[in-house]
Amino acid sequence: MNNQLQQQRLVRAARIHSDHFFAVAVYVAAVVVASAFAWIVLDLLLNGVAKLSWEFMSELPRSSGRKGGISSILVSTGLILLVTLVVAVPLAFAAAIWLAEFTRKGGKLAVYVRLSLDVLAGVPSIVFGLFGSAFFCVFLGLGYSIAAGGLTLACMVLPILIRTTEAGLSAVPEGWRQGAAALGLSKFATLWQILLPAAAPSIAAGLMLGIGRAMAETAALIFTSGYVDRMPESIFDSGRALAVHIFDLSMNIPGGDQAAYGSALALILAIGLINAMALKLSDTLLAKRIVA
Amino acid sequence: MFRFNADQVLQFVSLALTLVTASLIGLVVAFVFVESLPVINADVAGFFDTSKAWFPLEGQRGLMPMVAGSLLCTLGAIALALPLGMASALFSQYYGHRGLVRPYRWLLGLLAGIPSVVYGFWGLTVLVPLIGRYQPPGASLLAGILILTLMILPTVALTAEAAFKAVPASYLQGAHALGMRKAAIAFKVLFPAARQGLIAGTVLAITRALGETMAVLMVTGNVVEMPGSVFDPVRTLTANIALEMAYATGEHRASLFFSGLVLTLLIVFMVSYVHRREYAKQ
Repeated sequence: MNNQLQQQRLVRAARIHSDHFFAVAVYVAAVVVASAFAWIVLDLLLNGVAKLSWEFMSELPRSSGRKGGISSILVSTGLILLVTLVVAVPLAFAAAIWLAEFTRKGGKLAVYVRLSLDVLAGVPSIVFGLFGSAFFCVFLGLGYSIAAGGLTLACMVLPILIRTTEAGLSAVPEGWRQGAAALGLSKFATLWQILLPAAAPSIAAGLMLGIGRAMAETAALIFTSGYVDRMPESIFDSGRALAVHIFDLSMNIPGGDQAAYGSALALILAIGLINAMALKLSDTLLAKRIVA
Repeated sequence: MFRFNADQVLQFVSLALTLVTASLIGLVVAFVFVESLPVINADVAGFFDTSKAWFPLEGQRGLMPMVAGSLLCTLGAIALALPLGMASALFSQYYGHRGLVRPYRWLLGLLAGIPSVVYGFWGLTVLVPLIGRYQPPGASLLAGILILTLMILPTVALTAEAAFKAVPASYLQGAHALGMRKAAIAFKVLFPAARQGLIAGTVLAITRALGETMAVLMVTGNVVEMPGSVFDPVRTLTANIALEMAYATGEHRASLFFSGLVLTLLIVFMVSYVHRREYAKQ
């Protein structure tokens, strides 16, 4: 009898211990994740901040990027991004509007459209690079160019843009649509005046994600927009994106590490800046038009 | 005269553009398929013949060392990121102090936003020399696994968090009322109830890991060989494409497109699996 009681106590103590052990494990995991992140960011900051200056941003790269700056790289990156957004945003809006406003729940076509977009989102970026070089560069005859790179990235970011825009539209309360219909507003006016402004924060978040993905992309660009680090004269010139520049400096250029640190920091800052701008835009410009 | 109002135009235009976006995946697969046709017609089995090496110009097109490299990197990264990511979701949902959780989630978001080439660069300048000090050369399967782990961790953590959030609070309260302890609630109630979401998140992370190119290429050493240990260099399928595409022509180029096709079909299969499960649930 006494023995049994003792055994029960032991089991209970073991359970309490395992509970504590589990809590400790959870905390340790969080600390590991946080410190790995701090390591990366601090390493980039400490090594890159010395390199980051107005000269670095505004000068042309010299001796394969070891010296000089990244001005032509920044211009190329901006142009690639511009092509991507000009093509992807209208397509994404149209698809999101159709999915959110013109389909019934569980409609067959909508299911297949969503499946195809999910699959597209999962395609590896290097495969987009293969596709872009075969389709845009060779088949459409764009060659190694900013246009080809931008179009390739547009295919890549479409699923993200569509998904977030659609989520924003779907989150608008049904009553607002009914109210607009009761007032005799056309679907077009409802969208323009009510639904899109109401979905603005979600759309901005999607844009941020898409731009972040596009700016971070390397693999899809090497064989589409190319390696040339001259200042591009038009979107049909080859241009080197910032991410490709970092890759090239660290892998192929001995003594390029310092410039690579500076470029990496510049890239992260640019992504952060665009995120902040998109948030600000959604908070002020678009949301102003709606009065709840 | 035909007259259309703005709504009909809107519906028509949006449907037309939707169909364009929906057919993109078909275009991608079709083009990659057509470009790889020359070698598919020649000898498909040769790609998966383990006795063949990778000399695409001499008709030796054995992809198996690269397939092994891709799978080992992905499996290793998932094995590390899954427990870490789930623990980090538990931390930000249940265990963490409120003042800590906010900066922690902000940090995860930032981690997700760091470009893969920057991860690769960090791996190349910090991680590879560190591993090389114990087990030269340093550029190895292990380095690839560690970098991939960091890269897919935010995906795993954020999807796990969403999956945990979707579990009804009454389940946890009921378990608590029965006197279950936290760890037991997590393993016996929370994880089983959130299983669907966890699986979907894991598949998403696997597709990210399999498809990752630059970061892995920069740290794994890229030797085409079956690795004997985690300290041996490996080359993944994606890295192989990125490394050789620049100068590949003819059958060599077609072989690279074929390996891209294999990767894509693998991912199509996994994504449709998750899609079907989610659809069946509704």
